[in-house]
Amino acid sequence: MSRLLLRNADGADPGGSWNRDPRGTEAGEGADRYQIARTGLRLFLVVVSSLFFLFLLAFIARSQMTDWQPLTEPLAPLANPWQLWVNSAFLVLSCIALQWARMAARKARLDATVIGFVLGGLFAMAFLMGQFWVWQQFVAWGYFVAGNPANSFFYLLTGVHGLHLLGGLIAWGRTVAKFLQRVPLPQLSASIELCAIYWHYLLGLWFVLFALLTSTPQTYEAIARLCGLR
Amino acid sequence: MAYAEQAETEALHEPKSFLTKYVWSQDHKVIAIQYSLTALFVGLIAIVLSGLMRIQIGFPGSLAFMDASTYYQAMTMHGMIMVIYLLTALFLGGFGNYLIPLMVGARDMVFPYVNMLSYWFYLLAVVVLLSSFFVPGGPTGSGWTLYPPQSISQGTPGVEWGIVLMLVSLAIFIVAATMGGLNYVTTVLQARTHGMTLFRMPLSVWGIFMASIMALLAFPALFVSAVMMLFDKLLGTSFFMPAIISLGQPLAHQGGSPILFQHLFWFFGHPEVYIVALPAFGLVSDLISTHARKNIFGYRMMVWAIIAIGVLSFVVWAHHMYVSGMNPYFGFFFAVTTLIIAVPTALKVYNWVLTLWRGDIHLTVPMLFALAFIVTFLVGGLTGLFLGNVIVDIPLSDTYFVVAHFHMVMGVAPVLVVFGGIYHWFPKVTGRMLNDTLGKLHFWITFLGTYAIFFPMHYLGFQGMPRRYYAYDNYAFIPQSAQELNAFITVIALTVGVSQLLFVFNLAWSVFKGRPAGSNPWGAASLEWQTPNTPPIHGNWGAKLPVVHRWAYDYSVPGIEQDFVPQTVSAEELEQMRQLSAGTTIAGVKP
Repeated sequence: MSRLLLRNADGADPGGSWNRDPRGTEAGEGADRYQIARTGLRLFLVVVSSLFFLFLLAFIARSQMTDWQPLTEPLAPLANPWQLWVNSAFLVLSCIALQWARMAARKARLDATVIGFVLGGLFAMAFLMGQFWVWQQFVAWGYFVAGNPANSFFYLLTGVHGLHLLGGLIAWGRTVAKFLQRVPLPQLSASIELCAIYWHYLLGLWFVLFALLTSTPQTYEAIARLCGLR
Repeated sequence: MAYAEQAETEALHEPKSFLTKYVWSQDHKVIAIQYSLTALFVGLIAIVLSGLMRIQIGFPGSLAFMDASTYYQAMTMHGMIMVIYLLTALFLGGFGNYLIPLMVGARDMVFPYVNMLSYWFYLLAVVVLLSSFFVPGGPTGSGWTLYPPQSISQGTPGVEWGIVLMLVSLAIFIVAATMGGLNYVTTVLQARTHGMTLFRMPLSVWGIFMASIMALLAFPALFVSAVMMLFDKLLGTSFFMPAIISLGQPLAHQGGSPILFQHLFWFFGHPEVYIVALPAFGLVSDLISTHARKNIFGYRMMVWAIIAIGVLSFVVWAHHMYVSGMNPYFGFFFAVTTLIIAVPTALKVYNWVLTLWRGDIHLTVPMLFALAFIVTFLVGGLTGLFLGNVIVDIPLSDTYFVVAHFHMVMGVAPVLVVFGGIYHWFPKVTGRMLNDTLGKLHFWITFLGTYAIFFPMHYLGFQGMPRRYYAYDNYAFIPQSAQELNAFITVIALTVGVSQLLFVFNLAWSVFKGRPAGSNPWGAASLEWQTPNTPPIHGNWGAKLPVVHRWAYDYSVPGIEQDFVPQTVSAEELEQMRQLSAGTTIAGVKP
């Protein structure tokens, strides 16, 4: 019995056999700094996804209560969400500009990179101002944050999304400052790549939020049934 | 270029000033010590709070300032501090920060600046939390689960300021934990040295790695619930608040779902149990293997068990909510998943025992704590199987049986590993040994004391003694014998609480006066003990990163006189050691 246990202990483990030649001693595992930063960003996006997934589950669960007043009813503010479409267009333009900057940086074209990158940030600011304008419209029409859970979720979700974009704009601003300090392009290309990845993610996330916030109660009910929340 | 090669070519920017070296430090080792000291400090506050609660329960009315509100405030802060601000912070921020780079052969965490921010955000969270002791109304007394509507309704202690500060503090803590977690996971994935494959990592790293992933996924649930409750409290929304009449007045809220909060909270809360337990599992595996001078039994099984527990812990949360009136089919589902998660957990316990079996067990202080962990976790785990079944849980849910269960499995057991880990790695951190006699005294008082505290609570629970009451006198259904047992528990609890000062004194004394430890006092095989300097200097490894040739558990290798083979020993070097040992033996026999 004793020998059997010892044999199991040795045989089951890759490093357990002292006679075995080790693998991987030639090349260290891992990657360069940009690769590390990209992995870190992707992990962060997983965390953000978890955050919004839970917000959306709470949204669906809460929407099944009887006091929910949809924002998409004929006289409600999102019956014709044209302002949100305008804002979405700004965010799309922002992503296009950043993608353009990213591609230009890969080809070491400084002017195009700077123009694309700065435009990307400006369009993102336009998106945020547009969202704030929508909030003002809500307030003007009497759709206050505590008026109804649908309103509350609208402010909450658009606000949290906006805060994430604001965080991105801080990173964007730091990179712009480095452009102004004439830091060479190769040293900035990683930041540009990371900003572009982050922006694309936030665009995708915004379309999920947009679709959900402007859906009908029937859609919420169908999702709730699918999730076992009803 | 691979990380290890790049790290060897880059210049080390060692901090020069006192501030950058010890305060605004980006060195993982300094940050680990900052995290640990802060966590131990708040832990001492939580112990004092528990002492106050025990005095009230054992000897009702003996504390003039202790009324129901104060009791609930102490209970809430004790629970929250212990679970979040002590255990989570210490295992991930303390042990994780110190051990991960050293154990995988990295120079530091991959994002040192973010790592530094993580600590300062944690400290800010602690300051915000503790500030609630000094605001009008004091801290919240809603219980550590902060269930609405009670937590934000008039009549609950700390409803004006305390609950707001608690929620804000939690949100800040989650930001800190996220910054730390991103570092730990990315470092493990991307910054391992030459030859350090995933399946050569010590189980400590595996435990902390998996717990960090879980923290990254589970903490958002607490963040969501905290933000939504802050909206309910401050902006008057009704995410969780139903229509309610409070103190005779209807509140403005309507339609909110308190059960939604419970789901969100426990979707975080149950993984949180394993966010604390998995690092403990990992650390204790290394302690047992090192101090039993035997390779860990079933290494791969242990790794897969850690992963399985991590995954399964996300589908058991509602076993905390059997009494919330859930659909019986849900209860059935969560009872089944709860029983399933016991399988990989039991597997780990078997493997620890099989590692010990016929090992060369050295009853050092870390080993004593590790052995105590196994039995304590076993007891706590077994009562968890009881409570995982709906039909058993419902009558026991609001009794001291639950208090006993979660203190054994989630309080005492991980804390024993914390102590064992500190006694084990203190020589690497400071270059000095902790005092052995004080350590053993601390161990026996803590170990026997915690059993004397929590074992009787199981019995009280079976007797039907309800939890959450602030005074148990004058209730006809609670017999006098229970009150006597409560007094006994209180005396022991105060003794154990005060005895922790032995540990604090030992830490403080040994840093300056402890016996010099040398570089590897336990004869451990894992990488952190092979650093060129003890304590390791900035950059950890000198000019070249270490090359790893084997796993971390080569103990008592046949044919080798030295009873451990460090991870850095190559096959050729091992052969030389073997020949040397053979020569020594022959030379030893001939005379």
